[in-house]
Amino acid sequence: MLNLEYMWGLLPVLLSYLPLTLQMATIAMVFALILACLLAVVRVSRVPVLNGLSLLFISFFRGTPLLVQLFLFYYGLPQVISSLIAITGVTAAVLGLTLHFSAYMAESIRAAIVGIDRSQTEAALSIGMTQSQLMRRIILPQATRVATPTLMNYFIDMIKATSLAFTLGVTELMGATQKEAAGSFLYLEAFLLVALIYWVIVEMLSWGQRRLEIYLNKAYQR
Amino acid sequence: MISLQGITKHFGAHTVFKDIDLSLSQGEIIVIIGPSGTGKSTLLRCINFLEKPDAGRLQVGDLKVDTQRASRADILALRRRTAFVFQNYGLFANKTALDNISEGMIVVDKLPKAKAHARAREILERIGLADKADAYPASLSGGQQQRVGIGRAMAANADVILFDEPTSSLDPQWVEEVLGLMKQLAVERQTMIVVTHEMQFAREVADQVVFMDEGGIVEQAPPEELFTAPKDERTRHFLRKILAPTGQAVP
Repeated sequence: MLNLEYMWGLLPVLLSYLPLTLQMATIAMVFALILACLLAVVRVSRVPVLNGLSLLFISFFRGTPLLVQLFLFYYGLPQVISSLIAITGVTAAVLGLTLHFSAYMAESIRAAIVGIDRSQTEAALSIGMTQSQLMRRIILPQATRVATPTLMNYFIDMIKATSLAFTLGVTELMGATQKEAAGSFLYLEAFLLVALIYWVIVEMLSWGQRRLEIYLNKAYQR
Repeated sequence: MISLQGITKHFGAHTVFKDIDLSLSQGEIIVIIGPSGTGKSTLLRCINFLEKPDAGRLQVGDLKVDTQRASRADILALRRRTAFVFQNYGLFANKTALDNISEGMIVVDKLPKAKAHARAREILERIGLADKADAYPASLSGGQQQRVGIGRAMAANADVILFDEPTSSLDPQWVEEVLGLMKQLAVERQTMIVVTHEMQFAREVADQVVFMDEGGIVEQAPPEELFTAPKDERTRHFLRKILAPTGQAVP
């Protein structure tokens, strides 16, 4: 039988690590979004040289496992870049999550941009808008709407992926659970509880995602 | 004063048109007619560099541009002096009717938002859509969308409005309201160049009708002359083909 009393007692302990988990995911999401937008715009506008570099970047970060990338940043790079010796597990995790997810997100943003019908681009140019005004005011707001469901999925994925930070010695939600479980030997209770916590957070986000989509779609109601 | 000199456009090895000269003065209305695929729309698009011409010079007001040496600033200046109405409206789907009209005034002309909105409301009034200020394009009929498209062009305060087959993608029931608005602009002596298949409109509104065929201007004349006594056999042939089924008089 499950030791429910133990789980109940463990809940506040684990929840106290939740802020760190959410912080890592949120910061990584913000940077990943910015980077992904830049990559997508470079890809769409076919900026010479940068376009090639973006392709290489996207290919590498989609083509290798996140865990490998995290180890590379935390254990590997300090070997050649001495200033990285001081990199903390949290920083390495945020860096890894940012780069990894920006590669995926860049592709969905690019697809969303390409999907905006060409006549709006021409209309914006015809009234004298510059390329960057066109992007900021017409294309990106609409691409955001198209890409939002996918981007929210990546955010959800990212929250779960922060658990990998425990392999870099970070005591976040997963790391804390691991420690508690090792102390009490009640592995099933501890990991079941942490699974429930992740699940509830993801469900709450999905609810937010649906609300957001309704809001974003209000311009498109017939 | 708007003038085109020697405007030429190729798509790959295919020459769309060559050495087009055309000029119109302030308040003049030119309608361009001709068979499909003769480069009428492309010519219009060359005037504001939606297509880059391969040769020739453009003048709009006091702005003179050698199309082969046009800088980015020249192109932006040219676009600010010309406004475009698209066959497929090209409305910004994420913006209300009001914002579609005020967008250029705010972003390009740098008007304060309040002032731009006030002007946009005046324009909505003129195009008969005052009650649709907050409606998004998706909720408007084709005719209403195109009227907003024309409103957006009016807001640009351009020297000339270029109409690229403005009624061609409309359901027949919406054509009249769009043509009606264009006629109203014509009465106000808005300078315009209109590419259209609406012969009745050309007849009523144009100062000059230009017939284009096979990559060139075949003839240009006031509507009564062109429609009743065209000089070129190709013009006559085209008019017969297009007018006869509608029951209008053929030359």
